[in-house]
Amino acid sequence: MINLEVPKKFTGLVNQAQQAAAEFFRPNSRKYDSAEHTYPTEIDMLASVLDGLNEAGEGSGASGVRRASEKSDGSTRNGGNLSTVLGTIEMCWGDVGLLLSMPRQGLGNAAIASVANDEQAERFAGKWAAMAITEPECGSDSAAIRTTATRDGDHYVLNGNKIFVTSGERADVVVVWATLDPERGRAAIKSFVVDRNTPGFELVRLEHKLGIRASDTAEFRLDNVRVHKDNLLGSPEIDTERGFAGVMQTFDNTRPLVAAMAVGVAKAALEETRAVLAEAGVEPDHDRPANSQHAAAATLLKLEADWESAYLLTLEAAWMADNSQPNSLQASMAKAKAGRVGTDITLKCVELCGTLGYSENSLLEKWGRDAKILDIFEGTQQIQQLVVARRLLGKSSKQLR
Amino acid sequence: MTPKAPTTAGATTPVNGRRGRRDAIGRVLAALNALAGTRFLDRSGLRKPAQRVMFEATRTGFRTLGAASRSFKAVQRFGKPERLPDAPRKDLFDLTPSDEQQMIQETVREFAAEQLRPAAADADSSCTPPDGLPGQAAEMGVTLVGIPESAGGIGTEQSVVTSTLVAEAMAHGDMGLAVACLAPSAVSTALSLWGDEEQQAAYLPSFTGDNVPAAALAVCEPRPLFDPFALSTRARRSGGGFVLDGVKSLVPRAGDAELFVVAADLDGTGPSLFLVESSTPGVSVEADPSMGLRGASMGRLVLENVQLQPTALLGGGDAEVYRDCIRRSRLAWCALAVGTAQAVQDYVIPYVNERVAFGEPVSHRQGVAFKVADIGTELEGMRLLTYRAASRAEQGRSFAREVALARTQCAEKGMAIGSDGVQLLGGHGFVKEHPVERWYRDLRAVGVAEGVVLV
Repeated sequence: MINLEVPKKFTGLVNQAQQAAAEFFRPNSRKYDSAEHTYPTEIDMLASVLDGLNEAGEGSGASGVRRASEKSDGSTRNGGNLSTVLGTIEMCWGDVGLLLSMPRQGLGNAAIASVANDEQAERFAGKWAAMAITEPECGSDSAAIRTTATRDGDHYVLNGNKIFVTSGERADVVVVWATLDPERGRAAIKSFVVDRNTPGFELVRLEHKLGIRASDTAEFRLDNVRVHKDNLLGSPEIDTERGFAGVMQTFDNTRPLVAAMAVGVAKAALEETRAVLAEAGVEPDHDRPANSQHAAAATLLKLEADWESAYLLTLEAAWMADNSQPNSLQASMAKAKAGRVGTDITLKCVELCGTLGYSENSLLEKWGRDAKILDIFEGTQQIQQLVVARRLLGKSSKQLR
Repeated sequence: MTPKAPTTAGATTPVNGRRGRRDAIGRVLAALNALAGTRFLDRSGLRKPAQRVMFEATRTGFRTLGAASRSFKAVQRFGKPERLPDAPRKDLFDLTPSDEQQMIQETVREFAAEQLRPAAADADSSCTPPDGLPGQAAEMGVTLVGIPESAGGIGTEQSVVTSTLVAEAMAHGDMGLAVACLAPSAVSTALSLWGDEEQQAAYLPSFTGDNVPAAALAVCEPRPLFDPFALSTRARRSGGGFVLDGVKSLVPRAGDAELFVVAADLDGTGPSLFLVESSTPGVSVEADPSMGLRGASMGRLVLENVQLQPTALLGGGDAEVYRDCIRRSRLAWCALAVGTAQAVQDYVIPYVNERVAFGEPVSHRQGVAFKVADIGTELEGMRLLTYRAASRAEQGRSFAREVALARTQCAEKGMAIGSDGVQLLGGHGFVKEHPVERWYRDLRAVGVAEGVVLV
């Protein structure tokens, strides 16, 4: 039965996320934007509170994205993917940089949740996991990864360089993508859970960024890093049939999460702008034609419509994952739409509010900066368009490059 | 006299706002033009007797009386107005249509593919739906879902989602013909939602019988920045009844319609809906062929001193009823936009895969492929916005915000999809060999239309 409202059972969780966002993130938002690379100690407290709440019920963290394995009985399911997306929207309404800094909520955790076997899931439970894919010479083209993993007895030996590792400095472990055989392309790429303290795993530096400055972004050098074979996520075989599927499956779960982040930031900007404009006497009317209203009101309506589209696409992708439906297409649609409108909306809100929005006295300018990364990481706008286009057109990555 | 609709005759205003003064050369050219036009008309036999009564749908400006309406008489009285209850509130987020809805979708899709799509091009050029097509649609029961069982329909509860799915599936065949087929159910749905027991008794039986009348919900007016909440068409109370004056535009099957629901401002208190039978004195119709939706025989409805009984007022003049009507109508337009945009996507994909340029299919180029990706993404968003508004409406939740957002997005992105569809076919998109140019014209309507259809 078609219904696009959020179920009542998530009210508590959404409320919990709202409270955390309003009471912990917002008050610290500007502080850690200004003091880049300073560890936001306040969120440790918040994280342990949330851990407690998560144990008690359905969590709002990235650890909740484990794919439902039980076969569906035909009735619809609203589960961990949907609740995680909803929690993420609320938290990012508070501050996206601080959410990315939340202990044990990293994208590496999402990867572990998505592809780890039961033994691994148990062993890595409670660890904060960052994700290392990008290299100096390879970004979106993750098949071109040059970091190598060479089998040596019960271990793999990893060598290479990794950049743009979110929470790399603060995490307990890093999920590192490396190739078993550079000659064999995508199928040879595997992900390894690497302990931060492993010898040879060296933090080179932290980036200075346009936005999400509360979140640390690290560069690593891997110099003969020995990782036990049990830390390889997924199958150790180079299966050219399944190809990239193992590692790429992570994206089907993480892209809706990044879309949710963009939806959350844009929601914050829209709410603030609506309030600022209302004080200035401009309030959009949902019934009257936009062209008969103040241009700023008409713009707000347009932005809100784009936002709603991104929001619903995000929910759709998560709902499909909850119901064991293949959702690569919808996950990329959500990420594409949310990524681009996240930037559009936050920047337009700055414009609508004028110097009030441009000034550091308000958070609008910060949201305008924070939003941009969400159209880049976990697959840029253009990568999402490629994924969507290939699916719709029935093209392979060889045909449509 | 009627408020005269603005005409486009004579010199048009240039963009810079300065109307070109007609000089000596201009006067000669204008006279020549008039003369040439006359000769052409005579030679081609297009000139018809001045007292023509036929409604000529392909040409603007011909005015004729409204169609002779049947006598709408109550056969059976209802004790109270028959209303559909709200659908039960649902708790879980779910995008799966019910089994019944999937069955209806299948049926309507088949109808659209077999009856609407093949007839669309001819209907577009003749500005007339094929004979009997709206009747066939009525036989399928598209009108009946919105009418309560107790009043002869098949509805047991509010079924806005089902009606939305029907409109979407129809528009995949052709938007103009979908409007032609769905126009009567806008009127019967209005009667089911807001008619009192007398109005329902008088009019609803015609819509549940074998010979469903053409009927139209007329809201638009021919002026710039039209706002359905600030109408020029006036109704004044007179001798217990009402007198209507004004011009309504975008009226589907105007020449055939036997019953209109007309939006008019009641004594300056705001807009209300009135039931107007086509043979009421003072009612005339003008053909108003437009950019698109031509299969729906669009016309203008001219109301000159039209005297109505007290029973003509629909929904008691309640402002909330009128708002509800505008919102549901916009929702129906969103559904039509989704169906037509899907048609564009379905047509464009095989085309760009088969069309070869520079030695490979054009779809292997990102410039082409990314446009297809954007069509797919925006279309899915339009659909979800529309479904959300529909599901809220049928569950009796507020849906003003959701409809507004759906319409904003469907008007803008729907038009963009129409434009990209033509662009992706290149020159082939611009010619009538392919239906894409028609969809381009049809999709422009979504940002313009008020009224006409209702879910």
